[in-house]
Amino acid sequence: MNYHWNWGIFFEQVQNGDETYLTWLIHGFGWTVAVSLTSWVIALSLGSVIGTLRTTPRPWVVMLGNAWVECFRNVPLLVQMLLWFFVVPEFLPQDLSMWVKQDMPAKEFITATLCLGLFTSARIAEQVRAGIQSLPRGQHYAGMAMGFTLPQTYRYVLLPMAFRIIIPPLTSEFMSVFKNSSVAFAISVLELTFVSRQMQEDSEQGIETYVAVTALYFICAFIANRVMAFIEKRSRVPGYVTAK
Amino acid sequence: MFSTFDFSVLSPSLPFLWTGIQYSFKLTLIAMSGGIILGTFLALARLSPNRVLANAAATYVDTMRSIPLVMVILWFFLLIPLLTGNPVGAESSAMLTFTAFEAAYYSEIMRAGIQSVSRGQVAAGDALGFTYGQTMGYIVLPQAFRNMIPVLLTQTIVLFQDTSLVYIIGAKDLLKAAEIAGKNYNRPIEMYIFAAVIYFVVCFTLSQTVKRLQKRVAIIR
Repeated sequence: MNYHWNWGIFFEQVQNGDETYLTWLIHGFGWTVAVSLTSWVIALSLGSVIGTLRTTPRPWVVMLGNAWVECFRNVPLLVQMLLWFFVVPEFLPQDLSMWVKQDMPAKEFITATLCLGLFTSARIAEQVRAGIQSLPRGQHYAGMAMGFTLPQTYRYVLLPMAFRIIIPPLTSEFMSVFKNSSVAFAISVLELTFVSRQMQEDSEQGIETYVAVTALYFICAFIANRVMAFIEKRSRVPGYVTAK
Repeated sequence: MFSTFDFSVLSPSLPFLWTGIQYSFKLTLIAMSGGIILGTFLALARLSPNRVLANAAATYVDTMRSIPLVMVILWFFLLIPLLTGNPVGAESSAMLTFTAFEAAYYSEIMRAGIQSVSRGQVAAGDALGFTYGQTMGYIVLPQAFRNMIPVLLTQTIVLFQDTSLVYIIGAKDLLKAAEIAGKNYNRPIEMYIFAAVIYFVVCFTLSQTVKRLQKRVAIIR
């Protein structure tokens, strides 16, 4: 293998500019975290609502929820990114379309976050639905026996248990959000994957670049995992949903 | 609104788009068959009593699963030419990458499948005087495989969607072909929509099939 190693590359200056490659990486890491966390907030709130609606006794609401999930689950994330970025503005009213294309601030970031958030919301909706349906039927009846309305039954009886049950799949979903944020490279969000390509071309130190970027993704996945493990531990109900 | 759209550019570009679609399918099929075979061996290694082997397999699987696929694609595209000394095209590099990457995911499915087969079955193999290989090959794996067919297929749908990520190294799959055609005819919007529709139709049809299959397999168990 004929490769010129240079681990000091991170502290060298980039070709055109006075910042170091390390600054690039830190900025990239920042964007990755920003895109991931913002989309996670969108996904969790929207996904919970849609997942809950899919278990209600109204057939048309259930159908709407199912359609939502099928739409977002059956098209690749990368294609969805490109659709939101290039195609959706064409369908907006004239003025809004011009504004989005020309003047919208942080266009790439907003588009990527919205896309990843909606994409993930469909997956969370599926998990929330499964969580609610895994509860014994009696829980629902208990709510009714207490004289709760349907929303109250969900709020005080079903959802608190359902969310605890789905913490493990939510954990891997949370880790996936960081991994999936890498697809935002396609619409030029300056996140880690984008930076890794940029730095590889600029410095010609591919291996060092990729090692650093891969390590940063590892850190994201690890922290996401620990945070969820902490939540799982704190939210445990004695005698009910026990860990393993 | 739709008056500005012109889908008539689709028909002259269809032969070109078809090559892209073929590549996407070819990549999916190769990565699926290679991934399931490699994944089964990884699962067996992970479940083996040999600690070194089990740990090596676990490390491989966990590493692959915590890196974004895009990064794995970049890694392979960088490393294969360095290690072999020959330049490798994006298309062949992607095939190796996807096989290696999907093997990690398939191996987790196969591991769950093997563990779903009751212990008595292994004991039955022992009682018949079967070697380890025979017990696995004739008794455990066929059942594990059968139980896991719906999950394996679901993973294949995910794999088919993931093949669009070869975009980053410029391999000519369905998405890339659509993009090139869109540039040539100056109709990128129509082409992106076309690609999205194809992906949706294929994945939706497959996932409905899996749902039906799931019910049939569930009865057998």
